[in-house]
Amino acid sequence: MAATIRQDVIAMVSHAGSGHIAGPLGMADIFAALYFHILRHDPKHPEWPERDRLILSNGHIIPVRYAAMARAGYFPVEELKTLRRFGTRLQGHPHRAALPGLETSSGPLGSGLSQAVGMAIAARMDKKKTNVYCLMSDGEQECGQIWEAAMLAGKLKLDNLTALIDRNNIQIDGMTEDIMPLEPLRQKYEAFNWHVLEINGHNFEEIANAFETARAIYEKPVLIIAHTIPGKGVDFMEFEYPWHSKTFRPGEAEDALRQLRTLRGTIRSEHE
Amino acid sequence: MPLNPKAKLVENILDTQSLEQAPTRAGYGEGLVQAADNNPAVVALCADLTESTRTEPFAKKYPDRFVEMGVAEQNLASVAAGMALMGKIPYIASYAMFSPGRNWEQVRTTICYNGANVKICGAHAGVSVGPDGATHQAIEDMAIMRPIPTMRVFAPCDAREAKKITYAVSKLDGPCYIRYGREKTPVFTTDATPCEIGRADVFWTEPGRARPDVVILACGALVYNAILAASEMEKDGMKVRVLNIASIKPMDEDTVIKAARDARAVVTVEEHQISGGMGSAVAEVLAKNYPVPMEFIGVQNRFGESGDPTLLIEHFGMDARHIKEAALRVVERK
Repeated sequence: MAATIRQDVIAMVSHAGSGHIAGPLGMADIFAALYFHILRHDPKHPEWPERDRLILSNGHIIPVRYAAMARAGYFPVEELKTLRRFGTRLQGHPHRAALPGLETSSGPLGSGLSQAVGMAIAARMDKKKTNVYCLMSDGEQECGQIWEAAMLAGKLKLDNLTALIDRNNIQIDGMTEDIMPLEPLRQKYEAFNWHVLEINGHNFEEIANAFETARAIYEKPVLIIAHTIPGKGVDFMEFEYPWHSKTFRPGEAEDALRQLRTLRGTIRSEHE
Repeated sequence: MPLNPKAKLVENILDTQSLEQAPTRAGYGEGLVQAADNNPAVVALCADLTESTRTEPFAKKYPDRFVEMGVAEQNLASVAAGMALMGKIPYIASYAMFSPGRNWEQVRTTICYNGANVKICGAHAGVSVGPDGATHQAIEDMAIMRPIPTMRVFAPCDAREAKKITYAVSKLDGPCYIRYGREKTPVFTTDATPCEIGRADVFWTEPGRARPDVVILACGALVYNAILAASEMEKDGMKVRVLNIASIKPMDEDTVIKAARDARAVVTVEEHQISGGMGSAVAEVLAKNYPVPMEFIGVQNRFGESGDPTLLIEHFGMDARHIKEAALRVVERK
């Protein structure tokens, strides 16, 4: 499923002519795990009140969420082609009112965790069993608001809240540790009274286990630091920060799709 | 005395010394508790100013529905948005300078664009904050809230109206901004005074069937100064109408246009920068529908400063004398 989602992302972004690529590819495994294994949800009833809430704070990686949602049955896969087009439900950055199931509108970095904290507080007030998940980028850890939210979640011991940082080490201007060092990231969150897990964000078993463990941790919010490879699956994109947001030159999208279909030439694809 | 009888204002309104005095933020405290009594979905969040914003009575009565945020106004706005998306009706309180001053983008994106039903309650608006000085005197707050789609903006004229509006917004779906003052100001409306979202009320009216010479549109505690000015002008034989524009967005366009049509001269009065606030909103309506000469009472592109609140109101030209002078000027321009 993650491979399908990656191909959808390449097809969508190249068709749209703009959009982010490396981040969505890096998060494909985690989105596949969430939508097909972890989330309590109903694609046919996106407003089901008892559903888990998935907040995407770094809205710019939305193509991967759209792809996962389409594959999960929220809307037809065909609609993915409308990304960023006038009149589309698939806005360049996600808009809650446009597409059921998005939970929030996002794009401006640093505010998703606060909204997830608000949802977790409300769920606790109402004694709901809803789990609240918040996905963040590593670059947005530079926003002060993240730490306001982290401090409050620690104070309130929000054990119905699990956040995940896509630790891919890149941001628009370069490598995170050059732009603004984040490390020691784990200890920062631990100091804010969070329970922290670290995983390989491309290993399905580790992803699933981490979310299972998170549900079993009481009295603390949980942070999963997922180490990922930006541009995962396409050799000329992996670790290359310019692909954070870059348009395809002729042939590049086709090359990327070929690599994804054939696991970089190790298997034969029916498309070849 | 041409008080509009339908406005049901207190009878001793011109005897300032005898009037009850209360800050409009006190109306916030009372209206919030009333809203919470009426609807279990009402919750309140505050950023380390629980006593001075008057969130305290709520926090004491409903501790399980209160969240102390600490000094973190960006988080305040977005946590409230998250709670609203789960069905709560959050009231968030701080000084207007910080919320919605500091957290504007969070208000725009996570509250308004999200369609989150959050009530933003900004205390200590205006230069009448007094001794704290310019850093704590919000005089741009309406200008930054007004242009955001879905946002509604209110500036109650006294503590009683503040209570009514605070309660009324709990029944409105969608984001609202209400500004409140720090200082005690005259309480001159009564429980019977009309207060309706989107409606402007005539508080002072021209006698008989005569056309008014000038109409004064005021909001916030300065409505009282506008009435004092009108009473002075009446002594000089001028016919004046005073409208209370508590609801700045949505604005009662029909009543505003009618006033301009009747008087052909308009003065706006607000404790706010003259650009972007209530006066600008009125000018937008009139420029399109019925342009007439206008004068703007408010802060004229300056920062506030420390001082006694009454002195500051005079210093920045928002007392009854300055309102009267502006009214005479605009009548000359007809």
